Amino acid sequence: MTDAMTQRDVVVRIRGLVNAFADNVVHDHLDLDLYRGEILAVVGGSGTGKSVLLRSIVGLTTPKAGTIEVFGHNIAHASARTRLSAQLRWGVLFQDGALFSAQTVAQNIQVPLRRYTSMSQQLMDEIAALKISLVGLPPETAGKFPSELSGGMRKRAGLARALALDPELLFLDEPTAGLDPISATHFDELILGLQKGLGLTVFLVTHDIDTLRATSDRIAVLLNRSIRTGTIESLIKDPNPWIQEYFSGVRGRAALAEG
Amino acid sequence: MFAIYAPINTPGSGLTHKLLLTRAKVPATLAIEHGPALHVAAGGDWVISEVAELDVRLRDLSAAAARSATIDARQITHLDTAGSWLLLRTQRALEQEGLPQPELLVPPHYADLIGKVRDGLDFGAAPSQRTGSWLHVLLDRVGCETMRILAQGYQIVGFLGQISIETTEAILQPQRVLPWPALATQIEDCGLTALPILGLLAFLLGIVIAYQGAGQLKRFGAEIYTVNLLGVAVLREIGGLIAAIIVAGRSGSAFTAQIGTMRVNDEIDAMQTMGLNLVELLVLPRVLALMIVLPLLTLYADVMGLFGGYIMTYSDLGLTFPAFLTQLQSAVSLSTLMVGLIKAPVFAAIIGLVGCFEGLRVERNAESVGRLTTRSVVESIFLVIVFDAGFSILFSVLRF
Repeated sequence: MTDAMTQRDVVVRIRGLVNAFADNVVHDHLDLDLYRGEILAVVGGSGTGKSVLLRSIVGLTTPKAGTIEVFGHNIAHASARTRLSAQLRWGVLFQDGALFSAQTVAQNIQVPLRRYTSMSQQLMDEIAALKISLVGLPPETAGKFPSELSGGMRKRAGLARALALDPELLFLDEPTAGLDPISATHFDELILGLQKGLGLTVFLVTHDIDTLRATSDRIAVLLNRSIRTGTIESLIKDPNPWIQEYFSGVRGRAALAEG
Repeated sequence: MFAIYAPINTPGSGLTHKLLLTRAKVPATLAIEHGPALHVAAGGDWVISEVAELDVRLRDLSAAAARSATIDARQITHLDTAGSWLLLRTQRALEQEGLPQPELLVPPHYADLIGKVRDGLDFGAAPSQRTGSWLHVLLDRVGCETMRILAQGYQIVGFLGQISIETTEAILQPQRVLPWPALATQIEDCGLTALPILGLLAFLLGIVIAYQGAGQLKRFGAEIYTVNLLGVAVLREIGGLIAAIIVAGRSGSAFTAQIGTMRVNDEIDAMQTMGLNLVELLVLPRVLALMIVLPLLTLYADVMGLFGGYIMTYSDLGLTFPAFLTQLQSAVSLSTLMVGLIKAPVFAAIIGLVGCFEGLRVERNAESVGRLTTRSVVESIFLVIVFDAGFSILFSVLRF
């Protein structure tokens, strides 16, 4: 797959998206494209609907208006069969990992394998161990329960489960929130390494400007009801006060000055 | 890009359709040439939906009689981590059989992926569950459970001691008054709101006892003694027990869930860092509220039970209300009522203490709130019935 070809290939296409809760309009006719092979970071202040956007794409929230096409299918109005076909091609990492608490990490990873493939238990154990090592966890994590893991390890284990079926598209909801800066940096490197090695397309919701700088190819800034997309370099020139403050704040400048 | 799944019949079960992932555009192929130079040729899409079958064939691969080996995967059209794992595992297996450096040839654009997976190769398969011999597992579980019960007994003794000290202090130091608003709220939650369901259940139990009693006693022409049976059963046992069981189910579980949720939200930790006394603020109002409310609820259940029994005797035996009251007066005395009411504060203390104790034992995860709430209800009902049996023995010894 060459770069020119992948840039044309749209994985998620959002047109005229409207999301509103009671009187509170969160998204007002948003347009957004996610291209194959890129890491798109979504940033925005609290309450601008970053998580709602992610939930709309994966079908957990039904939008008031507009279309969301994932892999060319309109998820909100697709048949159960089509929807499942999309679900098996994406992986979602929720904020705290969302691991099933009654199962070990290996069993968590094997849930989709057991349901959708006919692998032997031995092979499933091998695949689970492989995913655990891919996300940089020690092998003994396999037999541990989520309650025995630290927050950072739970996120990595959640990522391993999201990768279980070798998805093409990965959704990450604030993957570095609540991590110390060193763990956050390692997590950024992990995401970047996996994205390169496995050829993933990544939709990343984040607050973390370091993550943004380290990983993203393009950035979508959610403002009050509207959206701006572009690279860091182009967004810095945007006159919008929130964007200016975000990128020129002390922490933002420090992160940008590094590279 | 790919077709994703197709329904197939799971062998052995005619009814269930298991939806299987089908992701390969080009079927995966595997050709093995045995001989002095073992040649494994892989082609097509080596993706996760295909690996189950390939896994079986590759696991059986024997390198006997081979002196060198090549795995040629250059014809592979699509490769993911599961397929890469099979190739690398096979290469390693051949190496372990003593073949010098089995060669693995892959398409160049998959070199990154293979490299990524190779990093994870040394870990091999870790078991997904903790396993061991059955004897080991049995001893392990028996030991763990024994230690858990012993530790819990130790904790309960400590908790009772703490409660006793705090209560004494609260009484001895009048300036440290109880949180009256909390007490009032708890009395409303545990008592007032329990009236409808408790009244209905006691009423129905009265009907049931009178109906069954009348049916049996009629055979001897002694149906008037239905009232005696009803009076003694309801006042001594049924009223108190049904009130205690309802309160354990409604309020004991609520105590555990409330305090447990506070633990999960770090509220308990916040209170401790402010130097606030958990027993005084959380446990005492709840236990005291129950000890005030449960005797009243027991009395209410007694009245409703007798009323239900009267309705039954009236419709079944045609007994008038004055006749019912006269017979009841001859059957029971004040001490019959008191036997039932004396037990109520004890039951209340058991339910309140178990509910709060289990609530404080909640760990900082949501799952333990549910687990300990269940345990709290089961334990308090169990203890209430055990103590009720103990009271029966005590009263019979005292000829009360």
